[in-house]
Amino acid sequence: MAEITLIEAVRAAMWEEMERDPTVFTLGEDIGARGGVFLATEGFLEKFGEDRVIDTPLAEAAIGGIALGAAVNGMRPIAEIEFGDFIWPAVNQIIGEASRVRYGTQGRRTAPLVLRVPYGGGVRGGLFHSQSVEVAFAHQPGLKVVAPATPYDAKGLLKSAIRDDDPVIFFEHKRTYRLVKGDVPDGEYTVPIGVAEVKRPGSDVTVVSYGLVLHYCLEAAATLAGEGIDVEVVDLRTLRPLDTDTVLTSVRKTGKAMVVHEDTKAGGLGGEIAAVIAEYAFEDLDAPVVRVAGPEVPAMPFSPLLEAQFMPSPEKIAAAIRDLAAY
Amino acid sequence: MLGEQSSKTQGATSNVAGNGAGPPPLNDADLLDMYRTMVLSRTLDQRIWQMNRQGRAAIVASAQGHEAAQVGAIRALDPERDRFYIYYRELTTMLALGVTPLELLLGFLAKDGEPLSGARQFPLHGALDRSRRDIVSFSNVVATQLPQAVGVALADKMRGEKRVTVAYFGDGASSMGETHEAMNFASIHRLPVIFFCENNKYAISVPLSRQMNIESISSRAAAYGMPGIEVNGFDPVAVYEAVGAAANRALSGDGPTLVEAVVERFLPHTSDDDDTRYRPAEDLEGIRDLDPIPATEKLLRASGILDDALDQEIKESAQKTVNQATEDAENAPFPEPHDFYEQVYAPGSPGDQS
Repeated sequence: MAEITLIEAVRAAMWEEMERDPTVFTLGEDIGARGGVFLATEGFLEKFGEDRVIDTPLAEAAIGGIALGAAVNGMRPIAEIEFGDFIWPAVNQIIGEASRVRYGTQGRRTAPLVLRVPYGGGVRGGLFHSQSVEVAFAHQPGLKVVAPATPYDAKGLLKSAIRDDDPVIFFEHKRTYRLVKGDVPDGEYTVPIGVAEVKRPGSDVTVVSYGLVLHYCLEAAATLAGEGIDVEVVDLRTLRPLDTDTVLTSVRKTGKAMVVHEDTKAGGLGGEIAAVIAEYAFEDLDAPVVRVAGPEVPAMPFSPLLEAQFMPSPEKIAAAIRDLAAY
Repeated sequence: MLGEQSSKTQGATSNVAGNGAGPPPLNDADLLDMYRTMVLSRTLDQRIWQMNRQGRAAIVASAQGHEAAQVGAIRALDPERDRFYIYYRELTTMLALGVTPLELLLGFLAKDGEPLSGARQFPLHGALDRSRRDIVSFSNVVATQLPQAVGVALADKMRGEKRVTVAYFGDGASSMGETHEAMNFASIHRLPVIFFCENNKYAISVPLSRQMNIESISSRAAAYGMPGIEVNGFDPVAVYEAVGAAANRALSGDGPTLVEAVVERFLPHTSDDDDTRYRPAEDLEGIRDLDPIPATEKLLRASGILDDALDQEIKESAQKTVNQATEDAENAPFPEPHDFYEQVYAPGSPGDQS
């Protein structure tokens, strides 16, 4: 057991899978000699060579399409999109094409690719290096969408994603890369896709979250414990397919539900989760489902006070939980 | 003579074939077989168009005018070895690769047993079982197949497999950014890809002059450091030679080639289009006189390969095959939605609802 950062967990998962399976390779911008802008592939070029660690031109549509073609032809590519904000040219290949390969061929072709996507703000990234783009992909049947919050989950889920026979979009929150540390076993393990986890059990309020702000929810819960509010925190871990059972089980127990995400509120994943709760656990609710989410501005501004205005924080989350608990 | 004075080479290298090798000359049997496929394709195409006009087939993108280019290209390739990332106007390619008229008609009528997508997709889309042929057409979105084909070829190269991947596209798709990205990457990594452009001079209604300010799509190859060959797509032998040279280049590890077969679209973009709204009547005047099927017939007769009796047999056989396939396809049921939720995700994997 060792304590490592989330980026180290991502690196370890890829490293071990590339050692284990010769069909696994990685491609993306600056992933070779540079080791990736976040150093996710540091040392990979030296270890695995330029045939399996491919620096691409700045061309996200090609990264998506080439990964898709290689996947259809028996490989297991891991493509890195440098920043989530840059993913849009690849949308045609991923949402449009990769999601439909299996369905449109009745399973005669499949697309076992992983698209790794550093996303999210709180890193002084401004309007074009801070976006949360996960919901666009979570909307699309045929894709699997994963967003781990801890090093343990990141490593275990990335291994599952690489071994999965369907396209998996793997969202890594940039601020968690070095900020979040955690214990990871020395030996081999995986974490299943499609299974949420109760990261903190509680009895008064259910808070559903993922990614960086999951940690803010845990901080808020720790604060509120001192005030006599017992918060249960559910980490979705996978955004598609949603583990609605874990969410509903928790809500049926607490009777109060909140969803927290950094992504914009309207049309964000919180709306879907609130709808699932309303549809299947309405009789168990003691209060309306509440969302704490990003504001209705196009993206996260650059300057620190403006950025803070956008980001959910432990304080904002705690305040909203207090209101909900008192309902 | 077929194949003579029918192509010109542009681009970075003067040696189109890379190692200098062109394809072997075609014999009489090859030429007759190509003619047979062209006749069958035209007969089937006309039938499908007719069925659309009768309200029996929902949508058709006709290959009429593209037959010689498609049959010539396949003749230069190895259907068992190579991989075919086609687009929606590839009826002749499908036939030349061994997909049957009945299977194709099942697709056009959206009937059960359609072998590419189970009629989940438009006709000619999906993928054939790989044990038969590696034919793929995932999408109606133009040019997406180009980077995919490049990825397919990359995988073959990584495994050391000697195969050619052919990415088919039209002049319309040549304007897409993915076309540029695909060609650039393929050339950097010297991938065994043939970019096979069937230039019919219209992107639905937009003529070439409004698609590009250059004379020839193949001239773009120079910008990627690969050869570009412009070839008369009405001359099946010229296309055979161009694609054969490109295939040899790909197999020798010298990288991709852009082959532009200049053809004509005899019919509107699809059965939902009305080309009289944008295509001047004189545009097609005289072009039908160059129709590659009667032209090939004439040349085969002149060479003594074809006579009245054989030509009659070929045409009657095509008609009979298409008639039988039509009857069988019309009698086939529509697929029931019992497998509607299958193959969204891998069986048994998270999200699988089947």
